[in-house]
Amino acid sequence: MATAEKYVGGGVPRKEDPKLLTGQGQFLEGLTLPGMLHAALVRSPHGSARINSVDVSAAAAAEGVVAALSGADLADEWAAGLPMAWPVTDDIRIPDHWPVAQDVVRYVGDAVAVVVATSRNAALDAAELVEVDYEVLEAVVDVEAALADGAPRVHESFDDNKSYTWALTNGDVDAAFAKADVVVAERYTQPRLIPNAMEPRAVVAQSVPSTGDFTVWSTTQIPHVAKVLFALTLGIPEGQIRVIAPPDVGGGFGSKLNVYAEEALCIALARRLGKPVKWVAGRSEGYLATIHGRDQVQEIEIAATSDGKILGYRVHILAAMGAYLQLVAPGVPLLGAFLYCGCYGGEAYHFECTGVFTNTTPTDAYRGAGRPEATYAIERVIDALAREVGVDAAEIRRRNFLPAGDMVQSPGGLAFDSADYEPALDRALELLDYDGFRSDQAERRAGGGRRQTGVGFSSYVEICGLAPSQVLASLKYGAGGWDAATVRMLPTGKAEVVTGSSPHGQGHVTSWSQIAADALGIPYEDVTVLHGDTHVAPHGMNTYGSRSLAVAGVAVHNACGRVVDKARGLAAHLLEVAPEDLEYEAGTFSVKGVPDRTKSMPELAFAAWTAHSLPEDSEPGLEASCVYDPPNFTFPFGTHVAVVEVDTETGAVDLVRYIAVDDCGPVINPVIVDGQVHGGVAQGIAAALYEEATYAEDGTLETASMVNYLVPSAAEFPSFETDRTVTPSTSNPMGVKGIGEAGTIGSAPAVINAIVDALSHLGVTDVPMPASPERVWRAIRAAQGGEE
Amino acid sequence: MKRVSMTVNGVRHEADVESRTLLVHFIREQLELTGTNVGCDTSSCGACTILMNGQSVKSCTVLAVQADGAAVTTVEGLASNGDWHPVQKAFHENHGLQCGFCTPGMMMAAVGYLDENPAPTEEEVRLALEGNLCRCTGYHNIVKAVLAAADDMGS
Amino acid sequence: MKPPPFDYVAAATVDEALEALADTSVETRPLAGGQSLVPMLNFRLAVPERLVDLNGIDELSRIEETEDGGLRLGAMVRHRQLEHDPFIARRMPLLSEATPFIAHPQIRSRGTVGGSVAHADPAAELPAVLLTLGARVRIARRSLGGEPGSRVERTVGLGEFFLGPFFSALEPDELLTAIEMPPSAPGEGTAFDEVARRRGDYALAGVAARVRLNSGGVCDEAAISLVNGGATPCLMREAARTLVGQEPTPEVIEATAAACAATSEPAADMHASEAYRRHLIQVLTRRVVSRAADRVLT
Repeated sequence: MATAEKYVGGGVPRKEDPKLLTGQGQFLEGLTLPGMLHAALVRSPHGSARINSVDVSAAAAAEGVVAALSGADLADEWAAGLPMAWPVTDDIRIPDHWPVAQDVVRYVGDAVAVVVATSRNAALDAAELVEVDYEVLEAVVDVEAALADGAPRVHESFDDNKSYTWALTNGDVDAAFAKADVVVAERYTQPRLIPNAMEPRAVVAQSVPSTGDFTVWSTTQIPHVAKVLFALTLGIPEGQIRVIAPPDVGGGFGSKLNVYAEEALCIALARRLGKPVKWVAGRSEGYLATIHGRDQVQEIEIAATSDGKILGYRVHILAAMGAYLQLVAPGVPLLGAFLYCGCYGGEAYHFECTGVFTNTTPTDAYRGAGRPEATYAIERVIDALAREVGVDAAEIRRRNFLPAGDMVQSPGGLAFDSADYEPALDRALELLDYDGFRSDQAERRAGGGRRQTGVGFSSYVEICGLAPSQVLASLKYGAGGWDAATVRMLPTGKAEVVTGSSPHGQGHVTSWSQIAADALGIPYEDVTVLHGDTHVAPHGMNTYGSRSLAVAGVAVHNACGRVVDKARGLAAHLLEVAPEDLEYEAGTFSVKGVPDRTKSMPELAFAAWTAHSLPEDSEPGLEASCVYDPPNFTFPFGTHVAVVEVDTETGAVDLVRYIAVDDCGPVINPVIVDGQVHGGVAQGIAAALYEEATYAEDGTLETASMVNYLVPSAAEFPSFETDRTVTPSTSNPMGVKGIGEAGTIGSAPAVINAIVDALSHLGVTDVPMPASPERVWRAIRAAQGGEE
Repeated sequence: MKRVSMTVNGVRHEADVESRTLLVHFIREQLELTGTNVGCDTSSCGACTILMNGQSVKSCTVLAVQADGAAVTTVEGLASNGDWHPVQKAFHENHGLQCGFCTPGMMMAAVGYLDENPAPTEEEVRLALEGNLCRCTGYHNIVKAVLAAADDMGS
Repeated sequence: MKPPPFDYVAAATVDEALEALADTSVETRPLAGGQSLVPMLNFRLAVPERLVDLNGIDELSRIEETEDGGLRLGAMVRHRQLEHDPFIARRMPLLSEATPFIAHPQIRSRGTVGGSVAHADPAAELPAVLLTLGARVRIARRSLGGEPGSRVERTVGLGEFFLGPFFSALEPDELLTAIEMPPSAPGEGTAFDEVARRRGDYALAGVAARVRLNSGGVCDEAAISLVNGGATPCLMREAARTLVGQEPTPEVIEATAAACAATSEPAADMHASEAYRRHLIQVLTRRVVSRAADRVLT
């Protein structure tokens, strides 16, 4: 399409900003409906316990209370348990998961009762009056302990705590290891992380008793998916549910990519009580009741030649599912399963993963979902290989990069859309001044001071653009991977874009406006983007997995193309020429060779609306839709570099530089892309240095508030240095790939590699995440022969 | 119930509140100024930061009765006569926000800080914002925005 | 996040506050900056029947010189004042140095000297710093049977004030009205440092030191105190004695640091083990004492 690109590629300020900057953001906590009631949940303080009895009588009698209900009282509300949509194997064990527990509680935070009252305070006050008699059972919180013989069982109905084992083999792995000069085997732990979207979750459900219609507002990333699943869980005809993700949702990072107990519960309560019911999580409550991420134990072995060429990979991981299987939890390790070979070659590959139940808050997809774990393992182990064979850390990566090209076959079994890994590494080394860094490092080491410096690399490739529906089917995913857009010209010459994505901070309104404005040749300001309401946008698969641009954005692009095609027919009709005699540029059709005979898009929009004179077989209106199902994933890549200073006496780590060179293909809005990289990198650094959710043996979440779960502030970060290479994807007509998770995927191993590098002269080869001062100190002591 | 009166964004309000009412709940629920968000329950995240008598405070950790007689500024009061405050402009121009939930508190902390240090260094800005958590931006563009606002206000 | 119901009294004078506290039939707690108490109320870890708000009492907000040339900080002096007041920076630079480590700017806007001391948190910076400076606590209560407005006052050395974690010598009917410090003598140097997981967090360990060197460079007097080094904010008297009568050479300082670590009683929690805290105390003591001595000499 020969449009002049006016907006795409430019850093136009966001349309989302004005209301958010002036306090006019429409977050869900601010929504109030007439007659609205408020729900407060009573949650288990035990990691594992049998419920002997629940006495709600005192709560029910308290001032302002409308209803107080136990899990048993609510049992008839559910047509099905909370949904799990990714049964990764045929023999996966899927436990019942009721929104409110009926017989047994399986983690601290499992709901046991709900109180509904006329105010939030009254509900919270009365919730304290609910008396629950528990028989406390032994809990198990660690994946390896959960698999040990005689471990307490999270679900009595299963023989042990294993949910599933999923495996993948490519090539002759034993042969690759047999002929290797060196084998490097490492074991890593992925700490459990809490996503911490700044807006706590909330839901408001409203029923119209006379019609049986429901409207559900939820702080969700997936209004369309949720609508289907609410219908199934509550036994409500799908056509009678409208789900609205409010215009402003305060971040998600996967934590709002789910169907939660409180959503189902508020709908059930609205149905039961005939009034709107609202629930808002407190932060600490959310720590118990909102999914966690990671929590894996990884064993990775690589076989290589003496000059550091990798021949084969063997990977075995244990992945905590928590107490139940949340929406896509079993599939999270599969999103990394193909990536434990990173952007490197090799002959053979074996991956095996076991999903494990523990008495903990369920896990699920948290920013990167499976890919940060995989990238961490390969980017750490390749450094171990570099040390083993005595090759520089940048060089070992270069030696093993897959060749540049399109549809490059990876040992993991996938064909990468477009690969060209060296330029990103080269650019990162240039920004770093690698030689200069190494000489500074050598000087400091020679000086023997207590502050030593190190550099860490992470050359990553990841999977975005979820996804080709047929590939998802082969992985047993329970839904498709397409997305939808409708683009309509309005009579006044403006355009409306209806998208199936559901933004919660990513700036889709801005980016989609840029795409549409260029394609339609109208001002950016004249594009309105509608999203997040299933009555407004009937089709969508929503926003997660860095998929929005590469799927929903491409759908917008394609729908615009179809609008232009239709407009061409109308323009030809009105100008009395053949469609192929028209040129289209910047929103104007002109007759070839007669440049003053033109029809602009606004003129055509008006003509299509009045419908006074249309081509034969043409309908009024200028509107088109596209449901886009991509032929392949996209595989963004890049090289990240961290430079740290380590106080070798205290173990304290200072991150002094962070360089990210990413390749997400062509960029719609460079300012937004940089912002995604910054935020993603910060979450990866946070995992590397600060964050870890820990449980006591009895199942108590020790890091139960923001005081003890260490989300870092601005004071813990340097400014980031970002750059890009641009290698278009072959998976979609725009060549775009996705950037939402790349920062998180690339960053943690770069930081840990840098710490290890800073201390390598002391003999340190590993520091576990998060690299707290104490852990760094212990690593130094252990390497120096002291006790660990 | 206690009678309190305070000036919020230049407007005098009088109201009866329960002693236990937190200032942030008074602002959100009784004054219906919902721009100030609540992001935690431990005085950790700073989303609820407002100015009380010109100084930034976390309004989840002040009782409404304690603000009796105070002058309070919330994000709704930052712009004057329709013109955005330089900090608002700088956040917009530097992409200092993504989901926007932490933004009101972040801006109020920045406004309070720039009032006491009009020409800060990057390091000083980072320390000044240590009480405000953001999960989207990695703080990079927030810090850039605050430095840009300082430049703008100084020139 | 919802405090339990309580009654609220805003005191305009110290006498009004003492009057309210004297009525012990109602469980009454003073409300100073509220930066520890309000979060505790929010989680219902504290359930007082009544709060007496001290924020309206002007006489508690003063920073003044004492008769002996020392410093008196009214109980309601804010952390923020300590951080920014040039008079404090000149007279008690240790306070200006340590205060930025306390929580966050918004919390320092409200948090008070008296509140921090009365809270008796072994993990808080200010009690340790004030111990190093030889501070005393001024305490008042309404005299029993006396006329309204009649007070009984007492002064307690800070070393005797802290009795246990979150437990002090303050009686329920008493109010901490001021902190007093003796003047700093010529030849004195002070320093503070801590290691925390994040800026603004409670320190894994922190050390405050004050040394006085005579004209010959020999240490006449030393005080060292620890943040998170024991069950209370604690003065490390034995360790400090190893400095006295010595020149602060690296060897001497190392011995002091080792003594400090050996006699400390840090506790383990999810963020650090006892052994690591003890190690940090040694490293930080070495650094802080060196820095304090250097400040005298330069």
